[in-house]
Amino acid sequence: MKSENLLQIRNLFIEGFYENQWNTIVDDISLDLKRGEVLGLIGESGAGKSTIGLAAMGYTRQGCRLASGSIKLDGMELFGASEEQLRSIRGEKIAYVAQSAAASFNPSHRIIHQYAEGPVQHGIMDYEQARKNAVKIYDRLFLPDPEKIGLKYPHELSGGQLQRAMVAMSMSCEPDIIVFDEPTTALDVTTQIEVLASVKEITEKMNKAALYITHDLAVVAQVAHRIMVLRNGGLVEEGETRRLIKKPKEKYTRDLLSVRTLSEDKNDEDKTDVILKVKDVYATYNGVDNVLEDINLTVRQGRTVALVGESGSGKSTLARVITGMLPATRGEISFLGQPLSPDLKHRDKNNLRRLQMIYQMPDTALNPKQTVRTVIGRPLDFYFGTRGKEAEKRIRDLLTRIELEPAKYIDRLTPELSGGEKQRICIARALAAEPDFIICDEVTSALDQLVAEGILALLQDLQREMNISYLFITHDLATVKAIADKIVIMLEGRIIEQGEKTEVLTPPHHAYTDKLLASVPVMDPDWLDNLLDKRASTFLS
Amino acid sequence: MKPVIWLILRRAGFGFLTIIVISLIIFIGVELLPGDVAEAVLGQNATQETVEAFRKALKLELPPHVRYWVWLTDFVQGDFGRSLANGREVSGLIGWRFANTLFLALTTAAIAIPLSVMLGMMAAFYRNTLFDKVISITTLSFISFPEFFIAYILITLFSVQFNIFPSMANINESMTLVAKLHAVLLPALTLTCVVTAHMMRQTRAAIINVLASAYIEMAELKGIRRLRIIMRHAFPNSLSPVINVVALNLAYLIVGVVIVEVVFVYPGLGQLLVDSVSKRDIPVVQASGLIFAGAYISLNMMADILSMLANPRLRQSQTS
Amino acid sequence: MNLLIKSPLSARIGLCIVLFNIIVAIFAPLIAPYSETEVVGDVWEQMSGNSLLGTDHLGRDLMSRLIFGARNTIALAFITTMLSFLSGTTLGFVAAVKGGWIDNLFSRIIDIIMAFPTLIFALMILSVMGSSVMILIVTIAMLDSTRVYRLARAVAMDIEVMDFVEVARLRGEGLWWIMRREILPNAMPSLVAEFGLRFCFVFLFIASLSFLGLGLQPPLADWGGMVRENAGAITFGIFIPLIPAAAIAFLTVGVNLIVDWFLHLASGMHN
Repeated sequence: MKSENLLQIRNLFIEGFYENQWNTIVDDISLDLKRGEVLGLIGESGAGKSTIGLAAMGYTRQGCRLASGSIKLDGMELFGASEEQLRSIRGEKIAYVAQSAAASFNPSHRIIHQYAEGPVQHGIMDYEQARKNAVKIYDRLFLPDPEKIGLKYPHELSGGQLQRAMVAMSMSCEPDIIVFDEPTTALDVTTQIEVLASVKEITEKMNKAALYITHDLAVVAQVAHRIMVLRNGGLVEEGETRRLIKKPKEKYTRDLLSVRTLSEDKNDEDKTDVILKVKDVYATYNGVDNVLEDINLTVRQGRTVALVGESGSGKSTLARVITGMLPATRGEISFLGQPLSPDLKHRDKNNLRRLQMIYQMPDTALNPKQTVRTVIGRPLDFYFGTRGKEAEKRIRDLLTRIELEPAKYIDRLTPELSGGEKQRICIARALAAEPDFIICDEVTSALDQLVAEGILALLQDLQREMNISYLFITHDLATVKAIADKIVIMLEGRIIEQGEKTEVLTPPHHAYTDKLLASVPVMDPDWLDNLLDKRASTFLS
Repeated sequence: MKPVIWLILRRAGFGFLTIIVISLIIFIGVELLPGDVAEAVLGQNATQETVEAFRKALKLELPPHVRYWVWLTDFVQGDFGRSLANGREVSGLIGWRFANTLFLALTTAAIAIPLSVMLGMMAAFYRNTLFDKVISITTLSFISFPEFFIAYILITLFSVQFNIFPSMANINESMTLVAKLHAVLLPALTLTCVVTAHMMRQTRAAIINVLASAYIEMAELKGIRRLRIIMRHAFPNSLSPVINVVALNLAYLIVGVVIVEVVFVYPGLGQLLVDSVSKRDIPVVQASGLIFAGAYISLNMMADILSMLANPRLRQSQTS
Repeated sequence: MNLLIKSPLSARIGLCIVLFNIIVAIFAPLIAPYSETEVVGDVWEQMSGNSLLGTDHLGRDLMSRLIFGARNTIALAFITTMLSFLSGTTLGFVAAVKGGWIDNLFSRIIDIIMAFPTLIFALMILSVMGSSVMILIVTIAMLDSTRVYRLARAVAMDIEVMDFVEVARLRGEGLWWIMRREILPNAMPSLVAEFGLRFCFVFLFIASLSFLGLGLQPPLADWGGMVRENAGAITFGIFIPLIPAAAIAFLTVGVNLIVDWFLHLASGMHN
């Protein structure tokens, strides 16, 4: 007899071993999943969402253990089940889609063999049958050349294709439940749409139940019927998707939902001085192929220029060219009206000081063997010769300015800080040089959403106060909308469109800008359906 | 991705170039002798005649680049010159000794390779168990021991206490294969201990590395049996690093053989090299040094080429 | 200190072994019952009150030879390792930070030297130059520094790609600051472990050369040479050559136990 609840988890506690003891990482979670239902698990890093997803399969990673509770899959208790029992349900009744398809496909075998392995090994069907099914499902998930694509090896497919091939593979045994663990996080926005569409195809048209794990509320809103918001291993709130988005009960959920509008529009573009001017710049890594072509842009004092593009568009390369790490092969860069030497080695100290940079990964941007005092104190000493008491005072002022309490932080080593605190220290280090211009390279993309918003707000405050200009490199259009004055869009090493924010964001756009803007998930459960309908109709017409 | 054949040719080319450079270094090494070579080697009291003979033996009257060319072409044709110590043809001294050294090395390899790959795999699969820990401590000790320590322990046990195997591994042409094997067993065991320790540890590390991959976790989540995961998912991907480990350690074996030959007074190339070094018999040193270096470089090159062939990505790029 | 308390038993044993050896080496003249070269009895005498471990092939006290041998062997290996480390890490760091043709040049030279088996290379140099302490140290240090170079360069490359090094470059810092303040502190855990491994290698290498009669020359006592001098005794069922050989093994096991613990710590810090 089949129970109504396919998956029923009750009072689940999971522990992880670190710092020489067992710590609770999943704290009293209960959930139900009905046939054909999609449940979204959302939370920031450390919320325990992946751990719960794996626990639903009776699996824990090394260094973790199921402490107590009950996990019932279709009436069968997984807690304490034998390895052989667990093996028989994995893949067959409940399947898994991992974040990185590139790492999760075995590089030694063809895609189709990896697809067929599950059903053949579980004794459900023979290889030929599995192959036929695979072709059908590859076709449904819009993979190119479904007859032959299975014969390829994993490294011969693109990231988006591979991710869809893995979604297909999860269907090979026709399981009742699929666990999607951040399946689109590693992808660009335009590729993300393809994968989301295949997830939708499976859950909606093929009526599979699913756990969808992500940190992005707008994404989960497209596919889930119900959403559980998690934080630090515990449940914050749970509800039907539309209700949760419209009327969140908890403050934490409201914070996650809050739309970012930080900058007021400044359309007096021509009135301030030009800080940076990039003219006809070309650059190459190997001396043959240009990675940047014909780049022109200007940044004015006290303004933010957002540089937008997907991976491989050349946006970070442009930052390297401006800083002089990768000297331009042609063209000119002028800074404060003076031409700037293309090569870092030939720039004078004053120019180096006035152009600072903040990075994506605060973990690697700070030397783990240095204290906060050294990190902020070095530019003071290096550029201004400020030492001793005077430097100490300056460091404390800077810490206060970035909203960290000086007494508490000044002697800490950088690895002891959280991600957001580290990024603040990086900002303070840039400020210590008293710069005119800061390049911010994806400064918020490694941070959790709420922390990232704090950083953006701080950068905005500093701009207002000190009249600093930013070149803000990002792939996240929500951030762009929140803080940019001017937008520059890059594709394959070229600038394809640029202008004032309002100008670029209102139609008509360049075709690519259009696609890019349309691909950004909106906090509206109907967004994906509408978009796919629209694309289908334009395709047909 | 470049076709694998191109990568292999490039690696082989580099190996060949290395041998040429090494031969040059060996040659120049003698050139760089401070002062006059003859005097430095023969001592200040050497008579005019011996100095002349010495100069002639080393062809010192020719200009250096010509001499190098003559030396190298002669070497390739198997003419290694004459020994300074006894005036005999170097090729006659080296030939059969080199064969003996190869025999010892091959015997060792035949024992050590299967043993260490098996132990390494077992240690990886049962990692952090008692078995793994015992193996780990044992191999760590063997790595720490000098070869002659292991050799003398084996001699004490098997030659002095029990008298099963000879402490001097003397072999010659007239012996049967079984008799030869009996003679070289102790030196081969000594080398096996040292080589196995290295090979097994590296095999274990290579396999653990593969077992930690995301695709192994994926296979587990697909409900695949443990044995199949190991054979089908872990094994093909560990092949490349393990082959590399094996070939690199064979190269090490070529060198380790020198000391073991001295301990067991084994008539091999290593023994000859050490003797000639103390006698400063330069033509013999040059010739045997170059042979050792050549074998070492070739094995290193084979390690790289085999692991290229075993690398799934490189292999596939050729077929598809 | 905190680290020591949490250290596993094996590491503590290793530490005791190493400390014991160092103390013996430093205070050799105070501890040894006889001098290095004094003849105290017959050839290969059994252990007795007169000479605790028996006598060697010339009738010298084995115990005293062993104690002085510790001094010579350890000091020689230590100096050599230091030299190889200084040159290896400096060159490796410069290659990693500077990159370009400097890196290419250094790395190709090192490739060539490493393509040559170490022992054979050393034997050839010694055959041409003759064996003296200076030549021994320089030769082994040079050969060994190629391994140090490889590791130092690899470690520095890993650190060099970190953004904090780019920050320092963009600030305009010079080579010295980048090597000394940004890279070195982060490379330390790997380098310390490597120092232990290199010391073991050098120590065993010198012992091997001495055993082949090409290392320290008599009458200086060193452990490898002592094995060689007394090797003949083994066929008479006298275990005297095993004693200095065991001393060598004892010290290297000790160092390796510490290194193993260090490597474990260093890998744990990344996770």
